[in-house]
Amino acid sequence: MEVLQLLISGLSLGCVYGLIALGLVLIYKATETVNFAQGEVMMLGAFLAYTFVNVLGWPFALGFVATLAVMGVVGALLERVLMRPMLGEPPFAALMLTIGLGFVLRAIAGAAWGNEPHTLRTPFAGDVLRFGELVVGTENIAIVLGTAILCGGLYLFFRFARVGIALQAASQNQLAAFYVGIPVQRVFALVWALSAMVAATAGVLVAPVSLIDPLMGFIAIKAFAAAIVGGFGSLPGAIVGGLIVGVVEQFASRYLPPGFGDTSAYIILLVMLVARPEGIFATLQRKKV
Amino acid sequence: MTEQASTAPLLELKNIETHYGPVMAIRGVSLNVPAGQVVAVLGANGAGKTTVLKTISGAMEPQKGSVAFGGQNISGWAPDRVARLGVGHVPEGREVFPFLTVEENLRMGAYSRKDAGVKDDLELVYGYFPSLAERRRLAAGFLSGGQQQMLAVGRALMLRPALMLLDEPSLGLSPRLTHDIAEIIARLNAEQGVTLLLVEQNAKMALDLADYGYVMELGRVVMEDTAARLKDATDIKEFYLGMKEEGVRGRRRWKARKTWR
Ligand SMILES: Nc1ncnc2c1ncn2[C@@H]1O[C@H](COP(=O)(O)OP(=O)(O)OP(=O)(O)O)[C@@H](O)[C@H]1O
Ligand SMILES: [Mg+2]
Repeated sequence: MEVLQLLISGLSLGCVYGLIALGLVLIYKATETVNFAQGEVMMLGAFLAYTFVNVLGWPFALGFVATLAVMGVVGALLERVLMRPMLGEPPFAALMLTIGLGFVLRAIAGAAWGNEPHTLRTPFAGDVLRFGELVVGTENIAIVLGTAILCGGLYLFFRFARVGIALQAASQNQLAAFYVGIPVQRVFALVWALSAMVAATAGVLVAPVSLIDPLMGFIAIKAFAAAIVGGFGSLPGAIVGGLIVGVVEQFASRYLPPGFGDTSAYIILLVMLVARPEGIFATLQRKKV
Repeated sequence: MTEQASTAPLLELKNIETHYGPVMAIRGVSLNVPAGQVVAVLGANGAGKTTVLKTISGAMEPQKGSVAFGGQNISGWAPDRVARLGVGHVPEGREVFPFLTVEENLRMGAYSRKDAGVKDDLELVYGYFPSLAERRRLAAGFLSGGQQQMLAVGRALMLRPALMLLDEPSLGLSPRLTHDIAEIIARLNAEQGVTLLLVEQNAKMALDLADYGYVMELGRVVMEDTAARLKDATDIKEFYLGMKEEGVRGRRRWKARKTWR
Protein backbone atom coordinates (compact mmCIF):
# COMPACT_ATOMS: atom_id res chain seq x y z
CA MET A 1 0.00 0.00 0.00
CA GLU A 2 2.81 2.34 0.88
CA VAL A 3 4.38 1.52 -2.46
CA LEU A 4 1.22 2.51 -4.26
CA GLN A 5 1.01 5.68 -2.21
CA LEU A 6 4.57 6.62 -3.11
CA LEU A 7 3.96 5.75 -6.72
CA ILE A 8 1.02 8.13 -6.90
CA SER A 9 2.81 11.04 -5.28
CA GLY A 10 5.86 10.30 -7.44
CA LEU A 11 3.77 10.32 -10.59
CA SER A 12 2.09 13.59 -9.73
CA LEU A 13 5.42 15.23 -8.92
CA GLY A 14 6.82 13.68 -12.10
CA CYS A 15 4.01 15.26 -14.12
CA VAL A 16 5.17 18.68 -12.95
CA TYR A 17 8.77 17.94 -13.90
CA GLY A 18 7.49 16.55 -17.16
CA LEU A 19 5.49 19.67 -17.96
CA ILE A 20 8.45 21.95 -17.32
CA ALA A 21 10.62 19.62 -19.40
CA LEU A 22 7.99 19.71 -22.13
CA GLY A 23 8.22 23.49 -22.28
CA LEU A 24 12.01 23.26 -22.50
CA VAL A 25 11.93 20.68 -25.25
CA LEU A 26 9.32 22.61 -27.26
CA ILE A 27 11.62 25.62 -27.43
CA TYR A 28 14.74 23.54 -27.94
CA LYS A 29 13.30 21.53 -30.80
CA ALA A 30 12.08 24.56 -32.66
CA THR A 31 14.80 27.10 -32.02
CA GLU A 32 17.76 25.09 -30.67
CA THR A 33 17.88 27.33 -27.64
CA VAL A 34 17.72 25.97 -24.10
CA ASN A 35 15.61 28.27 -22.00
CA PHE A 36 17.27 28.26 -18.59
CA ALA A 37 14.53 30.54 -17.32
CA GLN A 38 11.78 27.96 -17.88
CA GLY A 39 11.36 27.46 -14.12
CA GLU A 40 11.05 31.20 -13.60
CA VAL A 41 8.44 31.40 -16.36
CA MET A 42 6.52 28.75 -14.43
CA MET A 43 6.94 30.79 -11.23
CA LEU A 44 5.63 33.90 -12.97
CA GLY A 45 2.59 31.95 -14.13
CA ALA A 46 1.91 30.76 -10.59
CA PHE A 47 2.17 34.30 -9.21
CA LEU A 48 -0.15 35.61 -11.91
CA ALA A 49 -2.73 32.98 -11.04
CA TYR A 50 -2.30 33.92 -7.38
CA THR A 51 -2.92 37.56 -8.25
CA PHE A 52 -6.03 36.84 -10.29
CA VAL A 53 -7.57 34.31 -7.89
CA ASN A 54 -6.44 35.32 -4.40
CA VAL A 55 -5.83 39.05 -4.75
CA LEU A 56 -8.48 40.02 -7.29
CA GLY A 57 -10.85 37.30 -6.11
CA TRP A 58 -11.71 35.96 -9.57
CA PRO A 59 -13.17 32.48 -9.85
CA PHE A 60 -10.41 29.90 -10.26
CA ALA A 61 -11.34 28.91 -13.83
CA LEU A 62 -11.37 32.51 -15.00
CA GLY A 63 -8.11 33.24 -13.20
CA PHE A 64 -6.49 30.21 -14.80
CA VAL A 65 -7.61 31.11 -18.30
CA ALA A 66 -6.44 34.70 -17.78
CA THR A 67 -3.09 33.36 -16.58
CA LEU A 68 -2.74 31.26 -19.72
CA ALA A 69 -3.62 34.22 -21.91
CA VAL A 70 -1.19 36.60 -20.23
CA MET A 71 1.59 34.01 -20.15
CA GLY A 72 1.04 33.30 -23.84
CA VAL A 73 1.61 36.96 -24.57
CA VAL A 74 4.60 37.06 -22.22
CA GLY A 75 6.14 34.05 -23.97
CA ALA A 76 5.65 35.56 -27.43
CA LEU A 77 7.11 38.85 -26.24
CA LEU A 78 10.17 37.10 -24.81
CA GLU A 79 10.80 35.59 -28.23
CA ARG A 80 10.17 38.84 -30.06
CA VAL A 81 12.09 41.16 -27.77
CA LEU A 82 14.87 38.98 -26.34
CA MET A 83 15.50 35.97 -28.53
CA ARG A 84 14.92 37.24 -32.05
CA PRO A 85 17.75 39.80 -31.94
CA MET A 86 19.99 36.88 -30.92
CA LEU A 87 19.48 35.29 -34.33
CA GLY A 88 22.83 34.81 -36.00
CA GLU A 89 24.72 35.33 -32.73
CA PRO A 90 26.52 32.33 -31.25
CA PRO A 91 24.09 29.98 -29.45
CA PHE A 92 26.04 30.64 -26.27
CA ALA A 93 24.80 34.24 -26.23
CA ALA A 94 21.18 33.12 -26.25
CA LEU A 95 21.85 30.69 -23.38
CA MET A 96 23.44 33.41 -21.26
CA LEU A 97 20.49 35.62 -22.04
CA THR A 98 18.01 33.06 -20.73
CA ILE A 99 20.08 32.58 -17.56
CA GLY A 100 20.00 36.34 -17.06
CA LEU A 101 16.28 36.33 -17.71
CA GLY A 102 15.87 33.88 -14.82
CA PHE A 103 17.61 36.29 -12.44
CA VAL A 104 15.51 39.19 -13.65
CA LEU A 105 12.23 37.30 -13.29
CA ARG A 106 13.13 36.20 -9.74
CA ALA A 107 13.97 39.77 -8.81
CA ILE A 108 10.75 41.08 -10.34
CA ALA A 109 8.69 38.48 -8.52
CA GLY A 110 10.43 39.24 -5.24
CA ALA A 111 9.74 42.94 -5.66
CA ALA A 112 6.15 42.51 -6.79
CA TRP A 113 4.93 39.73 -4.51
CA GLY A 114 7.54 39.47 -1.76
CA ASN A 115 9.75 36.55 -0.87
CA GLU A 116 7.47 34.74 1.56
CA PRO A 117 5.52 31.77 0.24
CA HIS A 118 1.95 32.16 -0.95
CA THR A 119 -0.83 29.64 -1.21
CA LEU A 120 -2.94 29.63 -4.35
CA ARG A 121 -6.63 29.16 -3.66
CA THR A 122 -7.68 26.25 -5.87
CA PRO A 123 -10.81 24.14 -5.99
CA PHE A 124 -8.72 20.99 -6.10
CA ALA A 125 -6.46 21.23 -3.06
CA GLY A 126 -6.60 20.12 0.52
CA ASP A 127 -9.06 17.29 0.09
CA VAL A 128 -8.43 13.57 -0.08
CA LEU A 129 -10.05 10.72 -1.90
CA ARG A 130 -10.04 7.30 -0.24
CA PHE A 131 -9.87 4.09 -2.20
CA GLY A 132 -10.00 1.52 0.58
CA GLU A 133 -6.77 2.04 2.46
CA LEU A 134 -5.32 4.23 -0.23
CA VAL A 135 -5.51 7.96 0.47
CA VAL A 136 -4.91 10.27 -2.44
CA GLY A 137 -4.73 14.04 -2.21
CA THR A 138 -7.03 15.74 -4.68
CA GLU A 139 -4.18 18.02 -5.75
CA ASN A 140 -2.28 14.94 -6.89
CA ILE A 141 -5.23 13.79 -8.94
CA ALA A 142 -5.57 17.29 -10.38
CA ILE A 143 -1.92 17.31 -11.41
CA VAL A 144 -2.14 13.97 -13.19
CA LEU A 145 -5.45 14.80 -14.86
CA GLY A 146 -4.32 18.28 -15.84
CA THR A 147 -1.14 16.92 -17.36
CA ALA A 148 -3.01 14.22 -19.25
CA ILE A 149 -5.49 16.75 -20.67
CA LEU A 150 -2.72 19.15 -21.65
CA CYS A 151 -0.72 16.41 -23.35
CA GLY A 152 -3.79 15.19 -25.20
CA GLY A 153 -4.48 18.72 -26.39
CA LEU A 154 -0.91 19.20 -27.52
CA TYR A 155 -0.96 15.87 -29.33
CA LEU A 156 -4.08 16.88 -31.27
CA PHE A 157 -2.58 20.28 -31.98
CA PHE A 158 0.63 18.88 -33.42
CA ARG A 159 -1.08 16.09 -35.27
CA PHE A 160 -3.97 17.91 -36.90
CA ALA A 161 -3.72 21.70 -36.67
CA ARG A 162 -2.13 23.31 -39.71
CA VAL A 163 -0.09 25.58 -37.47
CA GLY A 164 0.93 22.60 -35.37
CA ILE A 165 2.25 20.77 -38.42
CA ALA A 166 3.96 23.95 -39.61
CA LEU A 167 5.60 24.15 -36.21
CA GLN A 168 6.96 20.63 -36.62
CA ALA A 169 8.10 21.50 -40.13
CA ALA A 170 9.96 24.57 -38.89
CA SER A 171 11.71 22.55 -36.21
CA GLN A 172 12.67 19.76 -38.62
CA ASN A 173 14.06 21.95 -41.37
CA GLN A 174 14.06 25.65 -40.77
CA LEU A 175 15.33 26.75 -44.17
CA ALA A 176 12.85 24.55 -46.03
CA ALA A 177 10.10 25.99 -43.85
CA PHE A 178 11.10 29.47 -44.94
CA TYR A 179 11.16 28.34 -48.57
CA VAL A 180 7.60 27.03 -48.50
CA GLY A 181 6.40 30.33 -47.06
CA ILE A 182 5.87 29.41 -43.41
CA PRO A 183 6.37 32.58 -41.35
CA VAL A 184 9.05 30.92 -39.27
CA GLN A 185 9.65 33.83 -36.90
CA ARG A 186 5.98 34.04 -36.05
CA VAL A 187 5.95 30.28 -35.53
CA PHE A 188 8.86 30.60 -33.09
CA ALA A 189 6.97 33.27 -31.16
CA LEU A 190 4.08 30.82 -31.01
CA VAL A 191 6.41 28.12 -29.64
CA TRP A 192 7.55 30.43 -26.88
CA ALA A 193 3.93 31.32 -26.14
CA LEU A 194 2.95 27.65 -25.96
CA SER A 195 5.93 26.84 -23.81
CA ALA A 196 5.10 29.65 -21.38
CA MET A 197 1.49 28.44 -21.20
CA VAL A 198 2.61 24.90 -20.47
CA ALA A 199 4.95 26.22 -17.77
CA ALA A 200 2.17 28.33 -16.26
CA THR A 201 -0.07 25.26 -16.15
CA ALA A 202 2.68 23.41 -14.31
CA GLY A 203 2.99 26.31 -11.89
CA VAL A 204 -0.73 26.38 -11.15
CA LEU A 205 -0.89 22.61 -10.74
CA VAL A 206 2.10 22.43 -8.42
CA ALA A 207 1.12 25.49 -6.36
CA PRO A 208 -0.98 23.57 -3.82
CA VAL A 209 1.89 21.12 -3.29
CA SER A 210 4.92 23.38 -3.22
CA LEU A 211 3.61 26.88 -2.43
CA ILE A 212 4.46 29.91 -4.55
CA ASP A 213 7.61 31.92 -3.98
CA PRO A 214 10.22 33.51 -6.22
CA LEU A 215 12.55 30.54 -5.83
CA MET A 216 10.03 27.85 -6.79
CA GLY A 217 11.46 27.88 -10.33
CA PHE A 218 14.53 26.02 -9.14
CA ILE A 219 12.69 22.72 -9.48
CA ALA A 220 13.31 23.24 -13.20
CA ILE A 221 16.79 21.84 -12.58
CA LYS A 222 15.13 18.48 -12.07
CA ALA A 223 13.12 19.08 -15.22
CA PHE A 224 16.41 19.43 -17.10
CA ALA A 225 17.34 16.00 -15.86
CA ALA A 226 13.93 14.77 -16.96
CA ALA A 227 14.31 16.30 -20.41
CA ILE A 228 17.73 14.74 -20.90
CA VAL A 229 16.54 11.36 -19.65
CA GLY A 230 13.75 11.62 -22.20
CA GLY A 231 16.16 12.41 -25.01
CA PHE A 232 15.92 16.23 -25.09
CA GLY A 233 14.10 16.51 -28.33
CA SER A 234 11.16 14.23 -27.78
CA LEU A 235 7.93 15.62 -26.36
CA PRO A 236 6.64 12.29 -25.02
CA GLY A 237 10.18 11.67 -23.78
CA ALA A 238 10.00 14.82 -21.67
CA ILE A 239 6.88 13.58 -19.89
CA VAL A 240 8.21 10.04 -19.43
CA GLY A 241 11.53 11.43 -18.19
CA GLY A 242 9.63 13.61 -15.72
CA LEU A 243 7.62 10.66 -14.46
CA ILE A 244 10.79 8.58 -13.97
CA VAL A 245 12.54 11.35 -12.07
CA GLY A 246 9.45 12.02 -9.93
CA VAL A 247 8.82 8.39 -9.00
CA VAL A 248 12.45 7.57 -8.28
CA GLU A 249 12.73 10.68 -6.15
CA GLN A 250 9.78 9.67 -4.00
CA PHE A 251 11.07 6.15 -3.48
CA ALA A 252 14.61 7.34 -2.83
CA SER A 253 13.56 9.78 -0.15
CA ARG A 254 11.50 7.08 1.55
CA TYR A 255 13.82 4.09 1.40
CA LEU A 256 17.34 5.51 0.99
CA PRO A 257 19.39 7.49 3.53
CA PRO A 258 18.56 11.21 3.80
CA GLY A 259 19.85 13.28 0.90
CA PHE A 260 19.22 10.68 -1.75
CA GLY A 261 15.75 12.01 -2.47
CA ASP A 262 16.87 15.39 -3.70
CA THR A 263 19.92 14.09 -5.51
CA SER A 264 18.20 11.15 -7.16
CA ALA A 265 17.36 13.21 -10.26
CA TYR A 266 21.05 13.80 -10.89
CA ILE A 267 21.95 10.22 -10.13
CA ILE A 268 19.44 9.10 -12.74
CA LEU A 269 20.87 11.67 -15.08
CA LEU A 270 24.42 10.39 -14.57
CA VAL A 271 23.35 6.80 -15.01
CA MET A 272 21.50 7.73 -18.17
CA LEU A 273 24.39 9.71 -19.58
CA VAL A 274 26.70 6.76 -19.07
CA ALA A 275 24.35 3.97 -20.06
CA ARG A 276 22.30 5.60 -22.77
CA PRO A 277 23.46 9.13 -23.54
CA GLU A 278 20.96 9.63 -26.32
CA GLY A 279 17.98 9.29 -23.97
CA ILE A 280 15.23 6.70 -23.83
CA PHE A 281 13.36 7.99 -26.80
CA ALA A 282 16.35 8.24 -29.03
CA THR A 283 15.81 5.03 -30.97
CA LEU A 284 12.50 6.34 -32.12
CA GLN A 285 14.12 9.53 -33.23
CA ARG A 286 17.06 7.90 -34.89
CA LYS A 287 14.78 5.66 -36.82
CA LYS A 288 12.77 8.64 -37.93
CA VAL A 289 15.80 10.48 -39.27
CA MET B 1 6.48 53.23 -68.53
CA THR B 2 3.77 50.61 -68.80
CA GLU B 3 5.40 49.21 -71.86
CA GLN B 4 8.64 48.83 -70.03
CA ALA B 5 6.92 47.00 -67.18
CA SER B 6 5.29 44.56 -69.56
CA THR B 7 8.54 43.75 -71.32
CA ALA B 8 10.55 43.56 -68.09
CA PRO B 9 11.63 40.03 -67.20
CA LEU B 10 9.83 38.20 -64.39
CA LEU B 11 13.07 38.04 -62.44
CA GLU B 12 15.88 40.50 -62.77
CA LEU B 13 19.17 40.45 -60.87
CA LYS B 14 21.25 43.56 -61.18
CA ASN B 15 24.86 43.34 -60.23
CA ILE B 16 24.37 41.48 -56.97
CA GLU B 17 27.19 40.83 -54.51
CA THR B 18 26.68 38.33 -51.72
CA HIS B 19 29.04 37.44 -48.88
CA TYR B 20 29.42 34.57 -46.43
CA GLY B 21 30.95 36.57 -43.61
CA PRO B 22 34.19 37.87 -45.12
CA VAL B 23 34.02 35.55 -48.13
CA MET B 24 32.56 37.14 -51.23
CA ALA B 25 30.73 34.34 -52.97
CA ILE B 26 28.93 36.38 -55.65
CA ARG B 27 30.91 39.14 -57.31
CA GLY B 28 28.46 41.16 -59.33
CA VAL B 29 26.00 38.88 -61.08
CA SER B 30 23.28 40.17 -63.37
CA LEU B 31 20.76 37.86 -64.93
CA ASN B 32 17.26 37.95 -66.35
CA VAL B 33 14.56 35.34 -66.38
CA PRO B 34 11.76 36.24 -68.81
CA ALA B 35 8.29 35.00 -67.93
CA GLY B 36 7.45 31.59 -69.31
CA GLN B 37 11.02 30.62 -70.10
CA VAL B 38 13.48 28.11 -68.72
CA VAL B 39 16.82 29.67 -67.85
CA ALA B 40 19.79 27.52 -66.88
CA VAL B 41 22.74 28.46 -64.70
CA LEU B 42 25.80 26.29 -65.19
CA GLY B 43 29.10 26.28 -63.39
CA ALA B 44 31.62 24.15 -61.56
CA ASN B 45 31.43 23.34 -57.86
CA GLY B 46 31.73 26.46 -55.77
CA ALA B 47 31.00 28.81 -58.67
CA GLY B 48 28.23 30.41 -56.64
CA LYS B 49 25.12 28.97 -58.25
CA THR B 50 23.44 27.98 -55.00
CA THR B 51 24.30 31.33 -53.49
CA VAL B 52 22.58 33.10 -56.39
CA LEU B 53 19.40 31.12 -55.74
CA LYS B 54 19.63 31.81 -52.01
CA THR B 55 19.98 35.49 -52.74
CA ILE B 56 16.90 35.43 -54.94
CA SER B 57 14.76 33.62 -52.39
CA GLY B 58 15.93 35.82 -49.53
CA ALA B 59 17.86 33.23 -47.53
CA MET B 60 20.84 35.52 -48.04
CA GLU B 61 20.91 39.24 -48.35
CA PRO B 62 22.94 40.84 -51.14
CA GLN B 63 25.39 43.49 -49.99
CA LYS B 64 25.04 45.24 -53.30
CA GLY B 65 22.75 45.16 -56.29
CA SER B 66 19.07 44.39 -56.53
CA VAL B 67 16.68 41.51 -57.03
CA ALA B 68 13.44 42.40 -58.74
CA PHE B 69 10.52 40.03 -59.11
CA GLY B 70 7.60 41.07 -61.31
CA GLY B 71 8.99 44.59 -61.35
CA GLN B 72 9.09 44.81 -57.54
CA ASN B 73 12.37 45.18 -55.68
CA ILE B 74 12.55 42.27 -53.27
CA SER B 75 16.18 42.49 -52.15
CA GLY B 76 16.44 41.93 -48.43
CA TRP B 77 12.98 40.41 -48.06
CA ALA B 78 12.63 37.49 -45.66
CA PRO B 79 12.45 34.17 -47.55
CA ASP B 80 8.95 33.30 -46.36
CA ARG B 81 7.72 36.61 -47.76
CA VAL B 82 9.41 35.97 -51.10
CA ALA B 83 7.81 32.53 -51.21
CA ARG B 84 4.38 34.00 -50.60
CA LEU B 85 4.98 36.20 -53.63
CA GLY B 86 5.05 33.05 -55.77
CA VAL B 87 8.68 31.98 -55.80
CA GLY B 88 9.04 28.24 -55.20
CA HIS B 89 12.52 27.14 -54.20
CA VAL B 90 13.64 23.53 -54.55
CA PRO B 91 16.86 23.68 -52.57
CA GLU B 92 20.04 21.73 -53.17
CA GLY B 93 19.98 18.33 -51.50
CA ARG B 94 16.21 17.75 -51.26
CA GLU B 95 15.40 19.41 -47.98
CA VAL B 96 12.17 17.66 -47.06
CA PHE B 97 10.55 17.61 -43.62
CA PRO B 98 11.72 14.13 -42.63
CA PHE B 99 9.22 13.31 -39.87
CA LEU B 100 6.17 14.63 -41.70
CA THR B 101 4.33 12.38 -44.11
CA VAL B 102 4.57 12.87 -47.85
CA GLU B 103 1.13 14.44 -47.86
CA GLU B 104 1.91 16.73 -44.92
CA ASN B 105 5.05 17.85 -46.73
CA LEU B 106 2.99 18.71 -49.77
CA ARG B 107 0.36 20.50 -47.71
CA MET B 108 3.08 22.55 -46.08
CA GLY B 109 4.05 23.62 -49.58
CA ALA B 110 0.65 25.28 -49.78
CA TYR B 111 0.88 26.76 -46.28
CA SER B 112 0.52 30.35 -47.41
CA ARG B 113 -2.39 29.66 -49.73
CA LYS B 114 -5.93 30.37 -48.63
CA ASP B 115 -7.74 29.30 -51.81
CA ALA B 116 -9.77 26.14 -52.29
CA GLY B 117 -7.55 24.73 -55.02
CA VAL B 118 -5.11 23.00 -52.68
CA LYS B 119 -6.88 19.68 -52.87
CA ASP B 120 -6.84 19.71 -56.68
CA ASP B 121 -3.18 20.65 -56.69
CA LEU B 122 -2.38 17.72 -54.42
CA GLU B 123 -3.90 15.43 -57.02
CA LEU B 124 -2.01 17.30 -59.73
CA VAL B 125 1.28 16.67 -57.95
CA TYR B 126 0.38 13.02 -57.42
CA GLY B 127 -0.38 12.90 -61.13
CA TYR B 128 3.10 14.12 -61.94
CA PHE B 129 4.71 11.86 -59.34
CA PRO B 130 2.75 8.61 -59.03
CA SER B 131 5.41 7.13 -56.75
CA LEU B 132 4.56 9.80 -54.19
CA ALA B 133 0.86 9.01 -54.41
CA GLU B 134 1.58 5.44 -53.35
CA ARG B 135 3.42 6.72 -50.28
CA ARG B 136 1.26 9.60 -49.07
CA ARG B 137 1.20 8.37 -45.47
CA LEU B 138 4.89 7.53 -45.30
CA ALA B 139 7.29 9.80 -43.40
CA ALA B 140 9.34 11.67 -45.96
CA GLY B 141 12.57 10.58 -44.29
CA PHE B 142 11.83 7.03 -45.40
CA LEU B 143 11.71 7.94 -49.09
CA SER B 144 14.60 7.18 -51.39
CA GLY B 145 16.79 10.05 -52.53
CA GLY B 146 15.04 10.28 -55.88
CA GLN B 147 11.62 10.21 -54.28
CA GLN B 148 12.67 12.93 -51.87
CA GLN B 149 13.78 15.03 -54.83
CA MET B 150 10.37 14.56 -56.42
CA LEU B 151 8.74 15.47 -53.12
CA ALA B 152 10.79 18.67 -52.95
CA VAL B 153 9.71 19.58 -56.47
CA GLY B 154 6.10 18.68 -55.71
CA ARG B 155 6.16 20.69 -52.51
CA ALA B 156 7.37 23.79 -54.37
CA LEU B 157 4.66 23.20 -56.96
CA MET B 158 2.02 23.34 -54.21
CA LEU B 159 2.76 27.02 -53.87
CA ARG B 160 1.44 27.51 -57.40
CA PRO B 161 4.64 29.41 -58.10
CA ALA B 162 5.05 31.89 -60.90
CA LEU B 163 8.77 31.21 -60.70
CA MET B 164 10.47 28.05 -59.58
CA LEU B 165 14.12 27.90 -58.55
CA LEU B 166 15.57 24.42 -59.01
CA ASP B 167 18.96 23.70 -57.48
CA GLU B 168 20.56 20.64 -59.08
CA PRO B 169 17.43 18.51 -59.31
CA SER B 170 19.42 15.73 -60.97
CA LEU B 171 21.99 15.52 -58.16
CA GLY B 172 22.56 11.92 -57.19
CA LEU B 173 19.83 10.57 -59.45
CA SER B 174 20.26 7.65 -61.81
CA PRO B 175 20.28 8.48 -65.53
CA ARG B 176 16.73 7.20 -65.76
CA LEU B 177 15.45 9.30 -62.89
CA THR B 178 17.36 12.28 -64.27
CA HIS B 179 15.54 11.76 -67.54
CA ASP B 180 12.22 11.49 -65.70
CA ILE B 181 12.77 14.65 -63.73
CA ALA B 182 13.89 16.53 -66.84
CA GLU B 183 10.69 15.46 -68.54
CA ILE B 184 8.63 16.67 -65.62
CA ILE B 185 10.44 20.00 -65.55
CA ALA B 186 9.65 20.45 -69.23
CA ARG B 187 6.01 19.58 -68.58
CA LEU B 188 5.74 22.01 -65.66
CA ASN B 189 6.94 24.76 -67.93
CA ALA B 190 4.67 23.79 -70.80
CA GLU B 191 1.52 22.73 -68.94
CA GLN B 192 1.57 24.88 -65.79
CA GLY B 193 3.26 27.88 -67.33
CA VAL B 194 5.85 27.94 -64.55
CA THR B 195 8.92 30.04 -65.28
CA LEU B 196 12.05 28.15 -64.29
CA LEU B 197 15.51 29.05 -63.15
CA LEU B 198 17.46 25.83 -63.27
CA VAL B 199 20.86 25.32 -61.69
CA GLU B 200 22.63 22.21 -62.90
CA GLN B 201 25.93 20.40 -63.07
CA ASN B 202 24.39 18.22 -65.71
CA ALA B 203 24.89 20.71 -68.52
CA LYS B 204 23.45 18.50 -71.20
CA MET B 205 20.19 18.05 -69.37
CA ALA B 206 19.98 21.74 -68.47
CA LEU B 207 20.75 23.03 -71.96
CA ASP B 208 18.30 20.59 -73.52
CA LEU B 209 15.58 22.02 -71.30
CA ALA B 210 16.52 25.67 -71.29
CA ASP B 211 15.84 28.57 -73.61
CA TYR B 212 18.74 30.59 -72.31
CA GLY B 213 21.78 29.87 -70.18
CA TYR B 214 24.38 31.52 -67.99
CA VAL B 215 27.78 30.09 -67.11
CA MET B 216 29.25 31.06 -63.75
CA GLU B 217 32.81 30.87 -62.52
CA LEU B 218 34.17 32.11 -59.19
CA GLY B 219 31.12 34.18 -58.40
CA ARG B 220 30.81 35.83 -61.81
CA VAL B 221 28.87 35.25 -64.99
CA VAL B 222 31.51 34.45 -67.59
CA MET B 223 29.26 33.56 -70.48
CA GLU B 224 25.61 33.84 -71.45
CA ASP B 225 23.75 32.94 -74.57
CA THR B 226 20.81 31.02 -75.93
CA ALA B 227 20.89 27.41 -74.87
CA ALA B 228 21.30 26.25 -78.45
CA ARG B 229 24.40 28.34 -78.97
CA LEU B 230 25.86 27.46 -75.57
CA LYS B 231 25.62 23.81 -76.52
CA ASP B 232 27.88 24.51 -79.45
CA ALA B 233 30.34 26.72 -77.60
CA THR B 234 33.64 24.88 -77.31
CA ASP B 235 34.28 25.89 -73.71
CA ILE B 236 31.03 24.38 -72.58
CA LYS B 237 31.81 21.23 -74.46
CA GLU B 238 35.13 21.03 -72.75
CA PHE B 239 34.19 21.85 -69.19
CA TYR B 240 30.66 20.68 -68.78
CA LEU B 241 29.86 18.16 -71.44
CA GLY B 242 33.09 16.25 -70.89
CA MET B 243 34.32 16.37 -74.47
CA LYS B 244 37.97 17.05 -74.02
CA GLU B 245 41.28 15.43 -74.83
CA GLU B 246 42.87 13.52 -72.03
CA GLY B 247 46.16 15.42 -71.83
CA VAL B 248 44.68 18.80 -71.13
CA ARG B 249 42.29 17.21 -68.72
CA GLY B 250 45.13 15.90 -66.65
CA ARG B 251 46.50 19.38 -66.33
CA ARG B 252 43.14 20.64 -65.21
CA ARG B 253 43.05 18.05 -62.48
CA TRP B 254 46.42 19.07 -61.22
CA LYS B 255 45.33 22.68 -61.15
CA ALA B 256 42.18 21.86 -59.29
CA ARG B 257 44.26 19.93 -56.82
CA LYS B 258 46.16 23.00 -55.76
CA THR B 259 43.00 24.43 -54.30
CA TRP B 260 42.44 21.42 -52.06
CA ARG B 261 42.57 22.19 -48.39
N1 LIG C 1 27.88 28.43 -45.64
C1 LIG C 1 28.97 28.92 -46.26
N2 LIG C 1 29.91 29.58 -45.56
C2 LIG C 1 31.01 30.10 -46.17
N3 LIG C 1 31.24 30.00 -47.47
C3 LIG C 1 30.35 29.36 -48.23
C4 LIG C 1 29.17 28.78 -47.66
N4 LIG C 1 28.45 28.20 -48.65
C5 LIG C 1 29.17 28.40 -49.78
N5 LIG C 1 30.29 29.09 -49.53
C6 LIG C 1 31.29 29.50 -50.52
O1 LIG C 1 30.66 30.27 -51.50
C7 LIG C 1 31.09 29.92 -52.79
C8 LIG C 1 29.90 29.57 -53.67
O2 LIG C 1 29.24 28.46 -53.12
P1 LIG C 1 27.91 27.86 -53.75
O3 LIG C 1 27.35 26.89 -52.79
O4 LIG C 1 27.04 28.96 -54.18
O5 LIG C 1 28.50 27.10 -55.02
P2 LIG C 1 27.72 26.21 -56.09
O6 LIG C 1 27.99 26.83 -57.40
O7 LIG C 1 26.31 26.02 -55.72
O8 LIG C 1 28.52 24.84 -55.98
P3 LIG C 1 27.97 23.34 -56.12
O9 LIG C 1 27.85 23.06 -57.57
O10 LIG C 1 29.05 22.52 -55.51
O11 LIG C 1 26.69 23.24 -55.40
C9 LIG C 1 32.07 28.76 -52.61
O12 LIG C 1 33.36 29.28 -52.77
C10 LIG C 1 31.84 28.28 -51.22
O13 LIG C 1 33.07 27.89 -50.64
MG1 LIG D 1 25.20 24.41 -55.19
